[in-house]
Amino acid sequence: MSGTVLVGTGGGRLRWAAATHGHPVRDKLPPMPRFRRALLSIVALLLCACGSEQNDPYPRAERGRNILYAAFTERPKHLDPVQSYTEDEITFTAQIYEPPLQYHYLKRPYTLIPLTSEAVPVPRYFDASGRELPADAPAAAIAVSVYEIRIRPGIRYQPHPAFALDAAGEPLYRASDREQLRGIETLSDFAQSGSRELVADDYIYEIKRLAHPRLHSPIFSMMAERIVGLRELGAALQEEAKKLPTGAWIDLDRFPLAGVSRVDRHTYRVSLHGKYPQFVYWLAMPFFAPVPREVDRFYHQPGMAEKNLTLDWYPVGTGPFMLAQNNPNSRMVLERNPNFHGETYPCEGDPGDAAAGLLADCGKPLPFIEQAVYAREKESIPYWNKFLQGYYDASGISSDSFDQAVRLAVGGDVQLTDEMRDKGISLLTSVRASIFYMGFNMLDPVVGGLGEQATKLRQALSIAIDQEEFISIFMNGRGIPATSPLPPGIFGYVEGHEGINPVVYDWVDGRAQRKPLAEARRLLAEAGWPNGRNAGSGEPLVLNLDTTTGGMGEKSRLDWLTRQFARLDIQLVVRSTDFNRFQEKIRKGAVQLYYLGWNADYPDPENFLFLLAGSEGKVAKAGENASNYANPEFDRLFEQMKNLESEGPRGAERLAIIRQAIALLQHDAPWIYGFHPKSYTLGQVWLRNRKPTDVGNNILKYQRIDVAERQRLRQEWNRPVLWPLALLAALLLALVLPAAIGYRRRERGTAR
Amino acid sequence: MLAYIIRRLLYALPILVGVNLITFALFFVVNTPDDMARMQLGVKRVTPEAIDRWKAERGYDKPLFFNDAASGSAMLSETIFFSKSVRMFVGDFGRAEDGRDIAREIVTRMGPSLAIALPTFIIGLLVSVSLALLLTFFRATYLDFWGVVLCVAMMSISGLFYIIGGQYLISKLWKLVPISGYGGGLDAWKFVILPVLIGVVSGIGSSTRWYRTIFIEEIARDYVRTARAKGLAEAAVLFRHVLRNALIPILTGVVVVIPLLFMGSLLTESFFGIPGLGSYTIDAINAQDFAVVRAMVFIGSLLYIVGLILTDLSYTFVDPRIRFN
Repeated sequence: MSGTVLVGTGGGRLRWAAATHGHPVRDKLPPMPRFRRALLSIVALLLCACGSEQNDPYPRAERGRNILYAAFTERPKHLDPVQSYTEDEITFTAQIYEPPLQYHYLKRPYTLIPLTSEAVPVPRYFDASGRELPADAPAAAIAVSVYEIRIRPGIRYQPHPAFALDAAGEPLYRASDREQLRGIETLSDFAQSGSRELVADDYIYEIKRLAHPRLHSPIFSMMAERIVGLRELGAALQEEAKKLPTGAWIDLDRFPLAGVSRVDRHTYRVSLHGKYPQFVYWLAMPFFAPVPREVDRFYHQPGMAEKNLTLDWYPVGTGPFMLAQNNPNSRMVLERNPNFHGETYPCEGDPGDAAAGLLADCGKPLPFIEQAVYAREKESIPYWNKFLQGYYDASGISSDSFDQAVRLAVGGDVQLTDEMRDKGISLLTSVRASIFYMGFNMLDPVVGGLGEQATKLRQALSIAIDQEEFISIFMNGRGIPATSPLPPGIFGYVEGHEGINPVVYDWVDGRAQRKPLAEARRLLAEAGWPNGRNAGSGEPLVLNLDTTTGGMGEKSRLDWLTRQFARLDIQLVVRSTDFNRFQEKIRKGAVQLYYLGWNADYPDPENFLFLLAGSEGKVAKAGENASNYANPEFDRLFEQMKNLESEGPRGAERLAIIRQAIALLQHDAPWIYGFHPKSYTLGQVWLRNRKPTDVGNNILKYQRIDVAERQRLRQEWNRPVLWPLALLAALLLALVLPAAIGYRRRERGTAR
Repeated sequence: MLAYIIRRLLYALPILVGVNLITFALFFVVNTPDDMARMQLGVKRVTPEAIDRWKAERGYDKPLFFNDAASGSAMLSETIFFSKSVRMFVGDFGRAEDGRDIAREIVTRMGPSLAIALPTFIIGLLVSVSLALLLTFFRATYLDFWGVVLCVAMMSISGLFYIIGGQYLISKLWKLVPISGYGGGLDAWKFVILPVLIGVVSGIGSSTRWYRTIFIEEIARDYVRTARAKGLAEAAVLFRHVLRNALIPILTGVVVVIPLLFMGSLLTESFFGIPGLGSYTIDAINAQDFAVVRAMVFIGSLLYIVGLILTDLSYTFVDPRIRFN
């Protein structure tokens, strides 16, 4: 070994060389036993592997490129815009598909702006005889609302083989059969691709796909109530599907949809039954994104589905990105769409956005990044550690890593820990457009009904269950107590004194204070359960909570809850079950108390208050009102409210109705309004233009990365530590040497 | 031998039918077709009509085992069990509930599973056998005593501890390899090295102790004494004679798991982000994807049967006295 050194050859690789002459050392080394040589080779290999950033999980070719790295936990089930509905899926689909509208990235409250359309459509109203009505016509008089949407000309689709044409102008790959697909495994295996302009027909085709019986669109039933003729189309397609073999293509152009019509190449109209102001929000969701007919037909050719060549696997859109690699088991890659129509970074935002640097890129062309790589991380520990090493550009904060990431300062403010600050990591917090609540089954003879006694019982429980304590203990403070179904940021949410739930809180010294337990006990006594016992029979009050079996921490949460009930001398029986059984019980109304949550589809109070509408009763109507709350007065207010717009002259009227409805809900207490969760996300110092958003999902195009800074910091943070290898080798030697000596001694010793 | 193999394969048929039956019964005790439909269609805004359509499209609207409404053989064939089971016996696994081809997924995921399982198995076997022989050589010494103590300690520690500890030390603190992930081609080694190392280390305790027991038992036999009396070196005695004669019990435990290496490891694949068959199975269970669960259990049973047959065959290679006729 003497006379040799390890010489770096650049790029982190090392080779053996002679110290004096630079000749390969192998020529000079004396013959050595095979074992020793093998050991040296292994050590050399390990050392060779220890250049800079040996823990980099990405290919070397990606270093220094303008790529955003993120992770996903659950594999997306559907990428077809007609089916995709969950957050895991919309992370991808929202970057690829372009519905007519989008949300302004910076403005709050959330504001709809055009995406592919020329303007946010304003509905025209008609009565039953077809006579046009004024914009402020009463909802009852409106028989049909018509939305006319004009698409901007010149928008083109991403390159795709479905658009490839032959010399005659016919689709090149239309006649593919199984034989022709031999050797083709992914879309990139097709030799030719093409593109074409986005037209109104593509939007119409997608709306028809909502009714496709084999696609099972989650919003079909709801939209069939709204879009004129969609239900009839669904029935016709159902009949057609029965005649065709499974998987056969149904040409939707052969089936008319009365409520959707083409005005010209770039304009289409959608007619809705009655008035439905919330429809514009749906126009910002991928359900209403364009799907070209030839793409649908392309994917329905024989042999395609067997190779997973489906629209559900390889989406096709006009958005800033296209799905270049789809391996949802491991890695999904979005790549910049070369045909993207162009868009610029917004120049307006909320007060404070300029100071936060969010307007620095005003007017610059989007998107900023060339690629986004999403790696699948099922476990939180590797995800978190890779974020700390700089291999993910942003991360949430799991419970495991909460203390490492943030600390609560005096006064309850959340601050980053020193470790995070030293790395330049930034923290973004926002209250999500969600609510978690404990619901009462209003059909239950004990806790249900609108009678005074049952109402007082629910009110007492609403006071007794200390949501502030729950948030502090179990959520690390990541939430705010809910006072009604509406979360902050949604029209109708009121902060301060006027916004409190007067049944549960008092306003003391400028802040909401939960009413004392004595008040809950008083209400309980008035409800006919003094000290938790039936005033007549003396029977103890036993309530049953149905819940799904949770993961770690579930038991302590339930123990805490049991203690909250015990403060009123009420016995809580927790009936844990799996999610399927839980849902079945909810459907049948076989619960007394239950836990549920709701994430907003769109930022309108209707999307929360409908959860308590009588028309949505779970047992009676199979709707979303799991509490089966049915108060005619609330239903009347809800109907009024949902037909009004938040903006414009009747906004104040709408606000007043919402306040009345909320006051009614607070009094009736069909829910114990739990909390609105706060989302905490961390971003690396090199990641720019981040603003939390709950409903706008096409945010990738706004993200910018300082690639050089990332590269520099990754190198700094990931210098390999080599001494443990030397220590390991020494330990091995310390183990092997005595064994070898012992072996030789024994072999050479005389027999005993 | 051919007749023996054919006979064993024929025996496998009723076993596979039985396994399939049990899988089917257990799955549908926990999940109903309605539950499966809700899992696939989501929980928001799902109507009973949509659920019925989903079930009818996939054949889950039939009775489970026996169709009263049908007549003749259709009473059995027009059932979920029959329609979902028969095709598997001709190698057609069909589609997952989300519409993707199961056979294709299995083929794609087999590679990553094998990339971890095969080296872990081979290196683990070599290391454990070598260590066991070393302990056998130094039997009744302090080295043997502390070696066994270490083995017991190592086998008492949870596999999860090895994984988290290994990731923490080697990837997080020392930054030598990526914490998790997987890459194809030449990039694969840096993702494979840590799970393989952890797989080998976590398995050393139990297997070394087991092999040591076998070797200790073997070393007391007459032929070993004879070999030593001939003047053979102890290494030759151990490697040429003891190891060869101890192979039958070793093969019994080893060969049977070789085919199962294809199935991957649930825990390792999950923590290291390996897109193998282990994580495929876990995902399918979580998603209540009966088609995938059924296919994976079927393949697992089939591979286990193949492993048992291979084990029997391997006996004939290590012990010429064993014949199957």
